[in-house]
Amino acid sequence: MDSAFSAADLSAIWLTIKLATVATLILLLIGTPLAWWLARTRTWWKGAAGAVVALPIVLPPTVIGFYLLVAMGPHGPFGQLTQSLGLGLLPFTFAGLVIASVIYSLPFVVQPLQNAFEAIPEHALETAATLRASALDTFFSVALPLAKPGLLTASVLGFAHTVGEFGVVLMIGGNIPEQTRVASVQIYDHVEAMEYAQAHWLSAAMLVFSFAALLVLYTFNPAGKRK
Amino acid sequence: MIHARFSLAYPAFVLDVDMQLPGRGITALFGPSGSGKTTLLRCIAGLERAEGGLLRVNGEVWQDDTNFLPAHRRQIGYVFQEASLFPHLSVRRNLEYGWQRIPPARRKVKLEQVVELLGLKKLIDRNDPSNLSGGERQRAAIGRALLTSPSLLLMDEPLSALDAASKQEILPYLERLHGELHIPVFYVSHALDEVARLADHLVLLERGRAIASGTLGDTLSRLDLPTAHLDDAGALIEAAVVVHDEAYHLTRLDFSGGSLWVSKVEHAVGSLVRVRVLARDVSVATVKPEGSSITNMLAARIVEIRDEGLDRVSMRLSVGDGQMLLTRITRRSRDQLRLATGMEVYAQVKSVALIA
Repeated sequence: MDSAFSAADLSAIWLTIKLATVATLILLLIGTPLAWWLARTRTWWKGAAGAVVALPIVLPPTVIGFYLLVAMGPHGPFGQLTQSLGLGLLPFTFAGLVIASVIYSLPFVVQPLQNAFEAIPEHALETAATLRASALDTFFSVALPLAKPGLLTASVLGFAHTVGEFGVVLMIGGNIPEQTRVASVQIYDHVEAMEYAQAHWLSAAMLVFSFAALLVLYTFNPAGKRK
Repeated sequence: MIHARFSLAYPAFVLDVDMQLPGRGITALFGPSGSGKTTLLRCIAGLERAEGGLLRVNGEVWQDDTNFLPAHRRQIGYVFQEASLFPHLSVRRNLEYGWQRIPPARRKVKLEQVVELLGLKKLIDRNDPSNLSGGERQRAAIGRALLTSPSLLLMDEPLSALDAASKQEILPYLERLHGELHIPVFYVSHALDEVARLADHLVLLERGRAIASGTLGDTLSRLDLPTAHLDDAGALIEAAVVVHDEAYHLTRLDFSGGSLWVSKVEHAVGSLVRVRVLARDVSVATVKPEGSSITNMLAARIVEIRDEGLDRVSMRLSVGDGQMLLTRITRRSRDQLRLATGMEVYAQVKSVALIA
């Protein structure tokens, strides 16, 4: 196994896992309330909000990366904000990569959650209210447990999708070892350097991981077992 | 006393009620579907927000022009049509859900008491409520609502989703609830037999308006209300068990208008029972019939006569102290016997249904 992964490969793998974990946690924190709101609101601009959230599904990652680069750059509104806060500029940093990943993977977390929340019957929530549960209490004691299959799907998809990103990373993160060089970029480097054996190992690892993630999803997700 | 005033106007539906209801006993909200019973109940629960509404429950304001207590802060218990046990919680955790959310000092109804009252002993340790039968689920849901020690229990057609057997299984529990816990109940129903069995007070709703409100007996014996036209229209009589005739397997029930012999009942001598005499089971005679097989005959006076369709008339008969009977006869019989209000007649009762 010594020859399978170089130190640079291992560092890329580790960085990928770190990025996906941090991004998934942030995605769940942002995505859950957002999905709840999208599932419950009756506002006329719900459609527009849903469309914005879904944009990363259809946009080429390079487009997302490009706009993020502009926004986070020295002249972009977000870049000026981070500079004025003394955080410096985010492109080509791990933090910048996290933000980009969150935006890129948002629909993969929000949509399963939204579907799960929408499937909860209204009277379950009303029942909770008649049993003295406030809206927040109802959310945690009824809505979230009932949406557990959606939560699992959202976590796995969010994580796996972040692991698999390439275009956005290249645009916003560049290729800095131990900071922004994730596994998918490392594979690209190997191929460019004609190190096919290394590329094979890393690609196979990604393939196995993606398959395992989906296997977990399709095997253990109780959503498919219910009527 | 409960004062409820709500008006709501949806494109296809209007609710417009203003009523004072007793703050004790079971009040039935009765009417056909679309009459606004459920909407009214939801307004009372705070699940529906009727702007400009007013709701005062035994001296406490739950809603007026400036206040709107949200549903979770109203001291209500609500039993939905479909049993609404939380599928992710065990039966015990379901029962405790509301109980845990009220201050300990307010927990007047105890878990053991509810388990006893609703026969939940065998159910409480079941983990997955979806394995319960419809009747069991509804009993657990009623128990869960009771465990919040509500000052008002709202029941929205709690039996309508159940089959006849489950209904019969639950009704005795509802009667016990009435007898043992002193919680006022608003009971929505479109089944007259349920209402006759359970309710003390009756509110009749039609197209979003309360067209009558009064004690069950008074309201059911009115001829000017839609209930009089129902096939199972009839009067309600509270009577005392006086004697059992073991030889013929009969029981004599006495009330202010006389006595009625019915098939032997289980109740002890001296206990009060509720019987229903359907209008279609009562006939009248102007002279005291001799040699009739009908044992139950009461001296009565005609109080009111109303046409019922083209061929029939409904009559209200006074038998004894404020007690009424309804009868439905053909229009021809009325003319041949020259029946008119004020006349003394004999009411022959073909059948009496003991309901509680």
